[in-house]
This record gives sequence, C-alpha cells and structure tokens, in this order.
Amino acid sequence: MNWFRSMFVCSAALSLLAMAGVAFGADLPPDAEKSEVWQKVRKSYFEDRVIINDADGKVVALKAPTRAEDAATVPIQIKTGLSQTRDRYIQKLYLFIDANPSPVAAIFTFTPESGRADIDTRVRIEAYSHLRAVAEMNDGKLYMSTHYIKASGGCSAANGTLPDYADFKPKLKFKVDPNVEKGQPTLAQLLINHPNASPLVRDQISNLYQQAYYVRTVNVSYGGKLIMTADVDFSISENPNFRFYFMPQGEGELRAEVLDTRDVKVESFIKITPGSGST
Amino acid sequence: MRSIWNRKITQTITTLLVAMSGAVQAADGDFNLTEIVPGIFVHKGNTVYERTPANLADQANIGFIVGAQCVAVIDAGGSLPIGLKLKAAIKQTTDKPVCYVINSHVHPDHIFGDPAFKADGVIFVGHAQLAKAISARNTTYTNSLKRDLGDLAMGSELTPPTQTVKAGESLELDLGGRKINVQAWPLGHTDNDVTVWDEQTETLWLADLLFMEHVPAMDGSIPGWLKVIADVKKIPAKQVVPGHGPVSAPWPSAIAAEERYLTKVADGVRKALKDKKTIQEAIETVGWDEQEQWKEFENFHRRTVTATYAELEWEE
Repeated sequence: MNWFRSMFVCSAALSLLAMAGVAFGADLPPDAEKSEVWQKVRKSYFEDRVIINDADGKVVALKAPTRAEDAATVPIQIKTGLSQTRDRYIQKLYLFIDANPSPVAAIFTFTPESGRADIDTRVRIEAYSHLRAVAEMNDGKLYMSTHYIKASGGCSAANGTLPDYADFKPKLKFKVDPNVEKGQPTLAQLLINHPNASPLVRDQISNLYQQAYYVRTVNVSYGGKLIMTADVDFSISENPNFRFYFMPQGEGELRAEVLDTRDVKVESFIKITPGSGST
Repeated sequence: MRSIWNRKITQTITTLLVAMSGAVQAADGDFNLTEIVPGIFVHKGNTVYERTPANLADQANIGFIVGAQCVAVIDAGGSLPIGLKLKAAIKQTTDKPVCYVINSHVHPDHIFGDPAFKADGVIFVGHAQLAKAISARNTTYTNSLKRDLGDLAMGSELTPPTQTVKAGESLELDLGGRKINVQAWPLGHTDNDVTVWDEQTETLWLADLLFMEHVPAMDGSIPGWLKVIADVKKIPAKQVVPGHGPVSAPWPSAIAAEERYLTKVADGVRKALKDKKTIQEAIETVGWDEQEQWKEFENFHRRTVTATYAELEWEE
C-alpha cells in the first residue's frame, strides 16, 4: 500500500524539482554546497560573506528525520549552543529548504531577552532536499548546519479540510511550562489554528490551484520587549506551531501577534508570574 | 462457507490485458473468491505494501452481493485490471447484472477499478464527502499508480458517486428480494467511509473501518475513529468483512485489536503532550509495543502518531 506514503506526490513538484537540480535516489546525499538553489539563495541573502560550516552544531544544530513519514508535517528542531547574552547572541536564524518552491522557509529574529535562540516547528517539504539552518550572530558572523532529508510532495498536499477564507479567523494558543523561574530561559509554545494553505495544491475537477492563504509574520514579546519574530510562508505546515524560549525578568505578559496573507491580524497573551506558575 | 478459490478466469483476463498493454506476464490468472455467506462473495487482497505490475495493486478486500434482480459491487479494487477480474468473476458466479457499485471510501487500493463497471444504469454509491476527496487527490493518486504499475495503470480512475449518503444517514438499496443498507460515517478512518449491512445474512461489510493483520492506516482522526467504532460495535452482526485481512471475521471480537491499537496511540500522544514532549519524541516513543502485532507497522505508524499529535495538541 505504498500509495499511502506517496499520496501527496504531486506533478506540480516535478518541474520545480528539475529546476532545483536535486539528485534523486542516490544513496549518498548530494553535496550541500553544490546545490544550485543554495548558490542563488546564498548570494541574495549573504553575498560573499563567509559562512562557517558548523557540522558539529556548536553554534547551531539542525535536527530532522532522515526520511519524512508525512512530507506535509515534518518536525524540525533548531538547537543553538550558546545562551543569548547582551555581548553575544544570535540575532537571526534562517531556515532554508532547497527543494521547496520558496526555499526561504522561515527567518527568525531573536534578542538577548529570548534566553535561547532555539526553535521547533513543522514544515512542508516538496522533494528530497537539503535543509539548512544559518545563524547570524550580533557581530555578523554566520554559522550553518545542514541536513539532508528524503521527503516528497509536502507543498502540494491537500489540507484535510479548508475553511471558507472570508469567514476565517485564526486562533492562537500558548502553552508555557507552569514552573517559570525568573531569569531562566523558559520554554513556550505558540499554536496557530490556520490552514496555511499552499498554492501548489491543484483540484483535479475544477483544474484550479488552491488559493494560497498563509501566516506571514509572527511577533512574540514579553513585558513589551521583543522575544522572537518569524517571517514565514506556506513552507510551514497547516496549523503552524512554534516552540521557543523567553527569559522572564518579572511578572509580565507573553504576547503574540500574528498577521496572515489576507491581512487578518490576531493577538493573544498569557500572564506569566515567575515563581508561582503561569495562569 | 463454500470456497471457490482459484476460480479460473485466466482466459478473459489474458485477453483483456493483451488488449490493454500486451503485458501478459503481469496477469496471474487466479482470482481468489470466497462466498462467506449465501450470496456474499469476497476477494482477499494481498496486504502487501508495494504495488507492482505483478500484483496489480490488489491490496484490499473487495467483492459483491447478489440479489434476485441484480448485483451490488463493494469496492472495485486497486486498478482497472483488478476491477476487470472482479467483473469476470461476477459473470462466472451469476447471470444477474451489476446495478450498484458502492465505493467504501476514497483510498485508491479500494476504488481504482471502478471504470470496469461503468455502464448505463449502474449507480455509483458513496459518502457525501467522497466526490470532494476524489477531486483533491485524483492527480496524486493517479500519478503514483502510474509510477508503480506503468502502462497497467491505464484506465484506472477514481469515480465520483452518482448517489450519495450523508454522514449519520443511511440508504436502502433493493437488489431484488434482498435489501442492503449503505451507512455513511462521520470523520474517523477518513471523512468519507461507508459500510454495507446485509439484512438477510446479518453481515456487516466494514471495509477499512476494520483493519485486521495490517496496521490501521489512519487518514482522518483517531478520536473520531474510536467514536465510530463505539457505534459500529452496537450493530448486531453475525460476521463482518474487514478491508484488509481475512475475508470474514467474527463480531465484535474482530475489532478488538484495532480498537486497542488506536486507543494506545491516542492515550500515548495525550500523555506525551501532558509531559511536554515534542512531536518527534512522541513519534519515537508512542505505541511501539504494538510493532510485532501488525503487518506494515513501519510504513504507517509514525505517520499516524504525527497526525494524532497535531490534532490532539489543540485539546484542552
């Protein structure tokens, strides 16, 4: 019943795949540096700056499965190897997926108030691809970690059900560990109920592509100070989900603001009281 | 149980395949068929993961019910050649015409053989959500069948129903002196499952609401599926037909293993969420003690946990 794994394989992917120059079926992953897409992306985002290959993940490590069971929901973990301090911190994290129609899956911004610049999320992956996490330090240094994944059809996978866009209002939900300690990096999770619909899904009968509708930006602050922003697109899975850290220095509100491609803006907050658990 | 295994229909099939592609070697002329109770015939699919030109995507249990006037087909199989084999088997069994083709749900291993039965007066019956599901998946299913079967995939088509049943409702069909009931279920295994009840023999054709031997392949919602199972279990059937596994099984004991597995995944994911485990940690830890109990576990289980986690994290 191998149709089940391949039920999301879409012809729309094939031409893009050819463009991406991704090697198929090879036992050894293709050379990450030689990817044509990466060469283009690298040039437009980092020009000729040196990118340190952080194979050991000392600054940034990228964890993902080797083979995606569900290419529309691939868990990705970016773990960083340093605390965010005023003197030295990661100010940006880029997540690239070479084989996706839009290879820039996410750009995260962090501050010293983040505590740690770790991120967990779930992405769609269209074809066998290199994944890359590039960390940009406050001093401008760049570190990159790569991971090769076997996945196909994630971007052209139909959502289970699609809401009527005109009436749709995204919902947000925070999850925070109840034992919050002052001055300690604290894990938080933001769940966004949103179709995050990809434009690559084609309806066979109407012959039309699904109308894209996805979350564009996420801003999270604590006590009025920026913790994390995410500039994202439909490479993020349906019902986007982000795990990140913040460092509470006292009572405050953890607040999220989400804007989507139909300019719908939703906000949500949760009150945090270090020492006595969140409410 | 009168068995008519190994019914030879080689000639018909060979002729058809030669006409289609010339790939005679791909055809195994034997098409198993069992009359599980008077008038209900079930073909046992092969429960293997890989679809090949040799197996023709013959993966699901399919079959038909014979009335005094006409025949209802329940699922036409994973490809047109399988649909044609089923058609030939029906012809050898009865001289009554096919009046209904009931598509149990959208999955291609059950319904790609539909075009074998397209003719004037044949009504295709399915869930009210089936047409939408077919529309969304047709391209991907068709491409992957072509990839796996090559030319033998030609002519295989998912066929939208001409008569539908809404979730929670049922439709009575009269085959002439024999009434069968098509019942449509809410979101569970998929959002477009129907079952068929044969009044005369008290047989319940569950299709993929019941997986036996083969690990349940979840494409909807586990909490939903468990609710559906709770309702299905109230039906006082004498025997049931699973979508994968034996051609007939005792009721309700047949569904115990599936219910145990689905419950274990749902409970395990809920606990993982409570313990603040990530989706990856849940995939690695939940339900693995079931691995030895099922065929194809490796190919389906992680995906089931992934989908269940993504659903249940919204529960309060």
